[in-house]
Amino acid sequence: MAVEMLKEKWTGQVAEVVIGATEEEGGTRTSTVTVGGETALPFLDFEGEIPNKPVVAYEVLDEEPEGWAEPLVEAWGDVYSDPVAWAKKCEEEGAELIALRLVSTNPAGQDRSPEEAAQTVKDVLDAVGVPLMVLGCEDAEKDNEVLKAVAEAAEGENLLIGATEEDNYKTIAGACMIHDHTLIAQSPVDMNIAKQLNILLTDLGVKENKIVIDPLLSSLGYGLEYSYSVMERVRLSALRDDKMLSMPVVAFAGKEAWRTKEPNTPTEENPQWGEQENRGVMWETLTASTVLQSGANILVMYHPQAAKNVQSLVDDLMEDNS
Amino acid sequence: MIIIGERINGMFNDIGEAIKNQDPTAIQKWAVKQIEAGSHYLDANVGPAVEDSPEVMKWLVEVIQDEVDAPVCLDTTNVDAMEAGLEVHKGTAMINSVTAEPSKLEAILPLVKEYDAEVIGLAMDKSGVPKDAATRTAKAMEIVANVDAHGIPMEDLYIDPLILPVNVAQDHAPEVLESIQQVKKLADPAPKTVLGLSNVSQNCTNMGLINRTFMVMAMAVGLDAAIMEANDQEMLDSIATAEIILNNDVYCDSFLQQFRK
Repeated sequence: MAVEMLKEKWTGQVAEVVIGATEEEGGTRTSTVTVGGETALPFLDFEGEIPNKPVVAYEVLDEEPEGWAEPLVEAWGDVYSDPVAWAKKCEEEGAELIALRLVSTNPAGQDRSPEEAAQTVKDVLDAVGVPLMVLGCEDAEKDNEVLKAVAEAAEGENLLIGATEEDNYKTIAGACMIHDHTLIAQSPVDMNIAKQLNILLTDLGVKENKIVIDPLLSSLGYGLEYSYSVMERVRLSALRDDKMLSMPVVAFAGKEAWRTKEPNTPTEENPQWGEQENRGVMWETLTASTVLQSGANILVMYHPQAAKNVQSLVDDLMEDNS
Repeated sequence: MIIIGERINGMFNDIGEAIKNQDPTAIQKWAVKQIEAGSHYLDANVGPAVEDSPEVMKWLVEVIQDEVDAPVCLDTTNVDAMEAGLEVHKGTAMINSVTAEPSKLEAILPLVKEYDAEVIGLAMDKSGVPKDAATRTAKAMEIVANVDAHGIPMEDLYIDPLILPVNVAQDHAPEVLESIQQVKKLADPAPKTVLGLSNVSQNCTNMGLINRTFMVMAMAVGLDAAIMEANDQEMLDSIATAEIILNNDVYCDSFLQQFRK
C-alpha cells in the first residue's frame, strides 16, 4: 500500500523581490535577480511553490582589506585594492549579484565623502552587468549621508541598499523610495524588532516587495543556532501569512565566518585543526549552507570556493523532487 | 479572530428604515465602516421591519456587495430567503444559521454544499437553548456528523454554543465556555466556533466591558469567530492583545495598530 505523504498546508507567501533593473526597467543592468515568492519551507517543493532559488552574492570592499586571512588574500589579493577590478573578477567567477560595502566612508577610517562613495558605486555599475547591493560602513549618521548620495547617483538601478534599523530608517528609506531602490531592514537577531521595523517602513510608504530582512547572522561556533532559529521563526510567520515578516532574508555569511578565530588561524599555529586553506572555506560554506535551511534567500559570501560550494548545494537542493 | 460585523440588521432603526424604503445609503455606509474597522464578514439580517422574503435578502446582498468586496453572512431562518441570497452572492457566503433539528439540517446543508458556502450551526434543537455544556456539545456534535455526511469540509462549519445575557441567565456563560472546549476536543478535525457576542451584555450596564471580557475568555478556550460590534475600538484592542498572548500573532511594539490594518 502506498504511503501517503503528510503535507503541511501554508496560507502565506514570501514576498517576491527583484534586485537590479535592465535598460527597459529604467536601469543599466544586463541581468536582474529575483528572490522570494515561495509558499513552503526551504526546498520542500512538494508542499508548495519555490519559484526562485536562493542567490549567492559576492562581497566587494571599496578599500583594500586589512589583516585578511591568507586564503582570502590568495583569492582576491590581485584585485582587492580596486573595487572595480574586484567586482569584475567576481563577475568572471560567476557572481549573479555583487555586494559592495563602502567601508572607506567610515569616519574612524578614511572617512571618504558621500560623493566619492557614490562615484565608486557608479564606476562599479559601469564595469559589471549584474545587479548590486550597496552597504554602508555601519556608522548610522554617515550611512545616512552616503547611502542617500548613492541612491541619488544610481537612480533607477534598483540597488539593494542597506541597512535601515529601527532607530534609523527614515533617510535611507526615503531615498530608496524617491530613487527607486530596494532596501535592507536590519534587526538584532530579534523577530519582534524585525516585524516592528517592517511596519515602520511600510507606514512610511515602502512597498512590501522592496524590503529584504537582515536578521543578523552569527557564524558557525558563535551563535549560528540562535540566528538560525530567529530566521526560521521569521519564515514560519511568513508562511502563516504575517505580511510584516514575509520579506526575503539576506545573510552575510562571508563577513561573519571570516572574522572568527578558526578561519584566521594559520596551519602552523594549530596543526591539529587541519589546513587553513580548507578550514576557512569550510567554515564559511557551513555557515551559509546551514541558514539556507532556515530560509536565507541571499547569501553574501567572501571566498570564491565557498561561494561555489554553496551554489552547487543550492543547485542540488533545487532539483525537482515533488 | 474572524470578525462578523453585526450592524446591518433591521433591528437597528437606520437599517430598518433603509430596508423599508429600499434606500441603500445607510446599509452601504455601515458596510464600508465595518470593513474598514476590520470585519471579515458582514452579517445581513432583514429584521422585524419588513417580511423576511427572498426579494429583500437578494436586494440586501446586492446592495452590500455593490459597495464592498466582502462576504455576507446571510442571517435568516427563511430557507427561500437564504437561497435567494446565495444565488446573487459573490465569493464564499456564510449561512446564519442551521440548528440540530433534522428538518433544518436536511433543508439547509444541501444549500451549503451546492453553493460552496460556510454555515453557522446553533447548538440547539426545537427544545430551545440547552442549559448545560454537555447538551450544547451533544447538539453541536449532531451538526458536525451531519455536515460531515453531506461532504462539507469541517473548516466551513462554525458551531455557536449560544450565549445568553448575564443579567438574566448568569449560569450560562461558564457552560458556553466549557462547550467551546469540548467541541474543539471531540471533533477531529474540529469545526470553527462562533458566538453572537453582544448577546452576553444585552440590557446590562457596562456592555462594552462585559463584551470584551467575555471575548478574551472565549478566545482563551478556542473561539474562532464572533458576530459583534466591529467598530468597538476597545474591543479590537482587547482582541489584538489576546492574539499576542495566545501566540497567534507575532509581537511587535505596534501590535495594536498592526491588528487594525
